[in-house]
Amino acid sequence: MSSTWDYSPAPESTDMVDIRGDYGMFIDGTWSEPASGEYMKTINPATEEVLAAIPVADETDIDQAVAAASKAFKKWSKLPASERARYIFRIARVIQERSRELAVLETMNGGKPIKESRDLDIPLAAAHFFYHAGWADKLEYAFPARKVEPLGVAAQIIPWNFPLLMLAWKIAPALATGNTVVLKPAETTPLTALTFASICEQVGLPPGVVNIVTGAGATGAMLVRHPDVQKVAFTGSTEVGKEIQRAIAGSGKRLTLELGGKAANIVFDDAPLDQAIEGIVNGIFFNQGHVCCAGSRLLVQEGVFDALIAKLKRRLGTLRLGDPLDKNTDIGAINSRQQLDKIKELVGAGIDEGAELYQADCPLPERGFWFPPTVFTGVSQSHRIAREEIFGPVLSVLTFRTPEEAVEKANNTPFGLSAGVWTEKGSRILWMADRLKAGVVWANTFNRFDPASPFGGYKESGFGREGGRHGLEAYVRLS
Amino acid sequence: MPTVSDLEIANAIGGSVDAVGAELRAASLATRSIKKEAKVEGLLLAVRCCDLTTLEGSDSPGKIRQLAAKAQRPAPGDASIPHVAALCIYPRLVSLAAGLLKDSGVKVASVATAFPSGQAPLRARLEEIERAVADGADEIDIVISRGAFLAGDEEAVFEEVSASKQAAGPAHVKAILETGELGSYDRVRRASLVAMAAGADTIKTSTGKISPASTLPMAVVMAEAIRDFHDATGARIGLKVAGGIRSAKDALRYLVIVKETLGEEWLTPERFRIGASSLLNDLLMQLDKQRTGLYSDPDRYTLD
Repeated sequence: MSSTWDYSPAPESTDMVDIRGDYGMFIDGTWSEPASGEYMKTINPATEEVLAAIPVADETDIDQAVAAASKAFKKWSKLPASERARYIFRIARVIQERSRELAVLETMNGGKPIKESRDLDIPLAAAHFFYHAGWADKLEYAFPARKVEPLGVAAQIIPWNFPLLMLAWKIAPALATGNTVVLKPAETTPLTALTFASICEQVGLPPGVVNIVTGAGATGAMLVRHPDVQKVAFTGSTEVGKEIQRAIAGSGKRLTLELGGKAANIVFDDAPLDQAIEGIVNGIFFNQGHVCCAGSRLLVQEGVFDALIAKLKRRLGTLRLGDPLDKNTDIGAINSRQQLDKIKELVGAGIDEGAELYQADCPLPERGFWFPPTVFTGVSQSHRIAREEIFGPVLSVLTFRTPEEAVEKANNTPFGLSAGVWTEKGSRILWMADRLKAGVVWANTFNRFDPASPFGGYKESGFGREGGRHGLEAYVRLS
Repeated sequence: MPTVSDLEIANAIGGSVDAVGAELRAASLATRSIKKEAKVEGLLLAVRCCDLTTLEGSDSPGKIRQLAAKAQRPAPGDASIPHVAALCIYPRLVSLAAGLLKDSGVKVASVATAFPSGQAPLRARLEEIERAVADGADEIDIVISRGAFLAGDEEAVFEEVSASKQAAGPAHVKAILETGELGSYDRVRRASLVAMAAGADTIKTSTGKISPASTLPMAVVMAEAIRDFHDATGARIGLKVAGGIRSAKDALRYLVIVKETLGEEWLTPERFRIGASSLLNDLLMQLDKQRTGLYSDPDRYTLD
């Protein structure tokens, strides 16, 4: 018996994952090569090992995909709603059946810990399909006394932080309401979307109802501009969201944007501190902080600042960073070199601006992209690390004295996606929730999601809601 | 180290518990995957932290002889298996057990204070402690007065634990909170702080006589209270979980909670105990499974 009890490596097996050397795009129910013949490589960010070659779609491919979706729309939108529901239920069930494969793939391609992809991403993705399958033949109850019609072809562009889950958030409501889809996964994380295409084949989804095209920003730009697209749904950076909005202005296309955030996680002095610590850790270090609704600004009431920071620093020491496939890993790899560079730049700015840096003392693997859990104290509202979205495991801590000051600081940001309130006082939670300009306000918890709960932002965090009855509205024409 | 002499310290530490958050934390720690060497080490550690327990009306000298043998050599003929931490029994059998376990390294732990209800006059409860210690008990597991605590009379609980500690003299005092009767995590935290402030050397979840007994979230909440008490006073109070812990898997989950909440310093029989009876055989069976890859016939493990 050694003096310490260390956990042995517990890597999840990759046996059930079959990564092909190169992939086609899924257009009109078949796998097609890119017209340009051009491919890009997708890697495992934890090892920098190349996993597969992915097609780069150009104008011709986008044309084909949108044409296939337009053609499929004619039948799909006329299908009895209970039939559509049946397909969506089947998709949900196959996601559950193939959940281990999808979780391992998500972790290999994106760098997130297997415990998160296994316990959160994949189960929630399945839950979204189940939930929306239920709505498909009940839309008249979602919108009583209204005529409900689908829009047509939805162009959907999703980010790299929750690849399959964001796909589910986009595709499930679109299909349930009778639309067809052309979806582009993020360039760094296409593998679960392409596996999802094989699930569409497996459940016998009619060709063209779901099309998956791959590529980088240019491909996405072509897709949203395509004249036969009636609806654009985008999740990603505020910068790109603005570009999309400019590009499609005046086209009559419906648009929903789910963009960046700089959420305030507000801890009052009467909060249950140990649970608040878990909420803070989950708020900012979950998925390496690659979360648009991450609680990246911690606002602490002055009276508990010392106690809370001491507890937080100790907790940082117990976070396990390393092999994302290890079942005991808490912090995985940063998704890409580009993102790592951005995190490093902003952390550098934090140091330059005079904030005090604290990092967990954990060794980083040699290969791959890694960043240790980081906490900045002594942060001012004017610091870049309090203003800009870092999208990494970096927490900026500020203090406040009164609830009014907490609200003022929390709302003093161009974003407005989420917020957290920690207090034992129920009345204060309601008082805060009334005043916080954020699409989601979590009370004594953080980063909890449910398909029935609408998600979306204020201000530069975007508009439109995903999930719940509100989420359906983005995919229907009501008259 | 500041002296801990009154309820003030419990008040100063204070704090509250969010039930949803505490349960989430426990559930999250329960997903830790303990494999290979870590599993073997964990199982051996669990054996060393075991309070092998029998607390039945039917307990007899014969039963104590059997368990005393088992406590010293859980796996006959296998020297790699350590002895357990203590044998936990009723006071009447202490002198016998003390004789049997003399110089074995296995401590004699006796429940006292009208276990499990605690519903006897204080004088009688204190005499019970004194008698058990005089008979050779190294450790005394007392029960707190849940009635007084739930009625808001923390002073009474404090005074009783304090008096029990005094009555126990050199013996190690474990205060049983009977968490299943306290009704909320907030009260579990509060009772933990009161018992520690009053001088308990270890705080213990349950008597094992009522349900629910020990649960993972209760252990999380109590471990957090112990940690906060250590931060405030420097004292390292032990944790004992008891009641309903039958599988090696559960035992490992408690070890994970202790490791990740209190740290490696608490992973020792001096600061962590698992009260159990049937657990020990499952630990032995899982250890054999790790070594041989096969589950053995249950009859290879002694039923005592």
